[in-house]
Amino acid sequence: MNTEAAPVLELRDVRKSFGPIEILHGIDFALRAGEVHALIGENGAGKSTIMKILGGFIEPTSGEVLLDGRPAPYDSGAEAEAAGVVVIHQEFNLAPDLTVSENIWLGRELGRVFLDHRAMRAGTQALLDQLDSHVRPDARIRDLPVSDRQMVEIAKALARKARVLIMDEPSAVLTNREVEVLFRQIDRLRAQGVALLYTSHRLEEVTRLADRITVLRDGAVVRRAMRGELTEDGMATAMVGRDLQDIYPAKRHHAGELALEVRGFSVPPLVEDVSFTLKRGEVLGISGLVGSGRTELAEGLVGLRPASGDMRRGGVRVRIHSVREAAAHGMAYLTEDRKERGLLLDKTLRENLTLSTLPRFGAPFLSTEREEAALTRAIADFDIRAPRRDMRVGNLSGGNQQKLLLAKTLLSDPEIVIIDEPTRGIDVGTKSQIYAFIDALAAKGKSVIVISSDMPEILGLSDRVLVMRHGRLAGELAGERISETAVVRLVMGTAEEAAREPTHV
Amino acid sequence: MSDAALRPATGFRLPGLSALGPLLALILLVVLGAFLNDNFLSQGNVTNVLARSAFIGMIAVGMTFVITSGGLDLSVGSMAAFIAGVMILAMNALLPAMGVGVPLILVGMAIALGAGLLAGLGNGLLVTKAHIEPFIVTLGTMGIFRSLVTWLADGGTISLDFAVRQLYRPVYYSGLFGIAWPILVFALVAIAGQVAMRHTRFGRYCEAIGSNDKVALYSAVNVDRIRLLTYVLLGLLVGLATIMYVPRLGSASGSTGMLWELEAIAAVIIGGTALKGGYGRVWGTVVGVLILSLIDNILILADLVSPYLNGTIQGVIIVLAVVLQRRKTAA
Repeated sequence: MNTEAAPVLELRDVRKSFGPIEILHGIDFALRAGEVHALIGENGAGKSTIMKILGGFIEPTSGEVLLDGRPAPYDSGAEAEAAGVVVIHQEFNLAPDLTVSENIWLGRELGRVFLDHRAMRAGTQALLDQLDSHVRPDARIRDLPVSDRQMVEIAKALARKARVLIMDEPSAVLTNREVEVLFRQIDRLRAQGVALLYTSHRLEEVTRLADRITVLRDGAVVRRAMRGELTEDGMATAMVGRDLQDIYPAKRHHAGELALEVRGFSVPPLVEDVSFTLKRGEVLGISGLVGSGRTELAEGLVGLRPASGDMRRGGVRVRIHSVREAAAHGMAYLTEDRKERGLLLDKTLRENLTLSTLPRFGAPFLSTEREEAALTRAIADFDIRAPRRDMRVGNLSGGNQQKLLLAKTLLSDPEIVIIDEPTRGIDVGTKSQIYAFIDALAAKGKSVIVISSDMPEILGLSDRVLVMRHGRLAGELAGERISETAVVRLVMGTAEEAAREPTHV
Repeated sequence: MSDAALRPATGFRLPGLSALGPLLALILLVVLGAFLNDNFLSQGNVTNVLARSAFIGMIAVGMTFVITSGGLDLSVGSMAAFIAGVMILAMNALLPAMGVGVPLILVGMAIALGAGLLAGLGNGLLVTKAHIEPFIVTLGTMGIFRSLVTWLADGGTISLDFAVRQLYRPVYYSGLFGIAWPILVFALVAIAGQVAMRHTRFGRYCEAIGSNDKVALYSAVNVDRIRLLTYVLLGLLVGLATIMYVPRLGSASGSTGMLWELEAIAAVIIGGTALKGGYGRVWGTVVGVLILSLIDNILILADLVSPYLNGTIQGVIIVLAVVLQRRKTAA
């Protein structure tokens, strides 16, 4: 790390406006060779816009983008890649029907008239070995889990000999072990002299990786720091602009009568023989690795997947085969995949908000006034910040999308709410708001199930914790027995492994 | 920022350029037609154009719902021919028992609607229950209906009994307040379609499913039932169109309704409905239908270009409409 080194890629006094609204106000920002520069800020602070400008996807309204001190010679993502500036997006840029190898060599295939499959496969294998990845070069992207796709993206960037690598929340979709591999890889790239931009909402990752930190708030740089100058608390405070008290609400739930009783519940092919109970006014956390069957269990409960087993609401056996039947029994599920399963990104806030409760808004003719009234209420109750209320939901920031999804799910006033990854990809300020909503639900006597990969979240919110492993219930913890070590032990299945993987679950 | 969002949108808002585009094209065509031929705006010609638009129009309104919810139906043209064949054969067969009279016509109409409902139900069930791509399902049924009507006609023409034809004729040739029945029925269908698309749950669900069927499923929408309903509705409208069409010629053959499916789909697309679904415009479809029949009419009246080139011009317009849509989404 050499602070005197000339920047490889630099923004000078960059401003960006969309229509009449300026969203970046004079940003100075530089990436240097052999350095990891973390860019942090709340959702909507302007991180994505800065990354898009650096990567050549959009042009600044004013200001300069400099590569090696000269105006950047590219105005598209493809030209930027050719110049060695590679962006790894949160939504991956991979062709799902092609194989890993075909994706990595896409546009630069080896061979003259005929493709040299063997050489490309060997090259791919070498890259994947370098990444300690078990992915096969011939696997189709479609068949790979999200975490493996991320590895393929990194391999692709390596294959393109990136000088500047811009990573948009790469760890958000990775499991613990994979995050470790990612970090090792980032260390290696840094040692090779690559300039890296890293964003994450997990501040402990920033502490661990970043040589330099830039904090954004509302489109302006509010803090610059070198490694060690800023604590995680300090980062959070700088991002939010106010002191953050404990972001978790105090636990004070008094669990009431039984709301749901599940016995011998199976969701083929993964979840087997799960039994648990849920009381009124309690928050039940479900922890476990990605792929341990948490989401499958939840989707089985609300009728999104075929399931078998015994389920009782208030002592009466219920059978649920669809989300509608679940809603009729007072159950609602908030998906972890808000962009693909939660919200219609090309529709407005109003159309999204009322979609699952449309029969309440008039029959046979819908009352737009009542829908608008519901939206006004939701915007106020859930603090949804939208520049315009008739905008498309896809243009909202992630945090506001999540608040809208929460408002939509709660519009049916369910007795039992299952929230899958309530705060994935969301800034710390919005997180604490969502925790407060969850807390308020429990205080009102509703039952909440929180599925989360975020350990502090599980520990901070839950009255009881269920841990899943390989599709089965590995254990249950309550009250004093809820601790990070206890949960991690159950998650990993062994005490030894647990000791090695302390943070991410 | 959130203050602006708290205020409900008020006041009149102009429709976007994408909605105005087809309408402008339609107005241009009318002006062009009036300029080229004095007879263009005569009541006779206007009635002729609108009445001929009506069949495709009713089908295209139904098609709008199918496409909006992410589906497609290629079978409507041959379905119309098949329904016409069945309807005429049934009426001829019932003639000795019932005699020439209004009841016979009514039974014929009921049979047409019933056949349309069943045909749409078949398409819809294959799409939703057997999980076959709508393109494949309706490509298959398109061939089936077409060959069935050819078989029923034994390769020739199925003709309605002459006496019945005389009684049935006014359904196409007569009207109310000087407006032909097909035009009236088409107008009613269009208005009902517009209301259903914009102001009922059914329309909203169609758009939601076409926009992202997974989100719809997770939002407690009965995706399969809505999809099925769109095909059934389209089948019924094909039946209705056939009811208005049969009195025009009084016969059906293997070439009845040829290429109607493509005209209907083209009208929907020209009208601004997204082919990939999620966004439906019934008014746009009506405009699209009128544009297509006006081009036909102007070419015949104006004698500038050979009417044989009608298809070429329609094709250019369809491609142009999609190019303009793309431009809009890219911006």
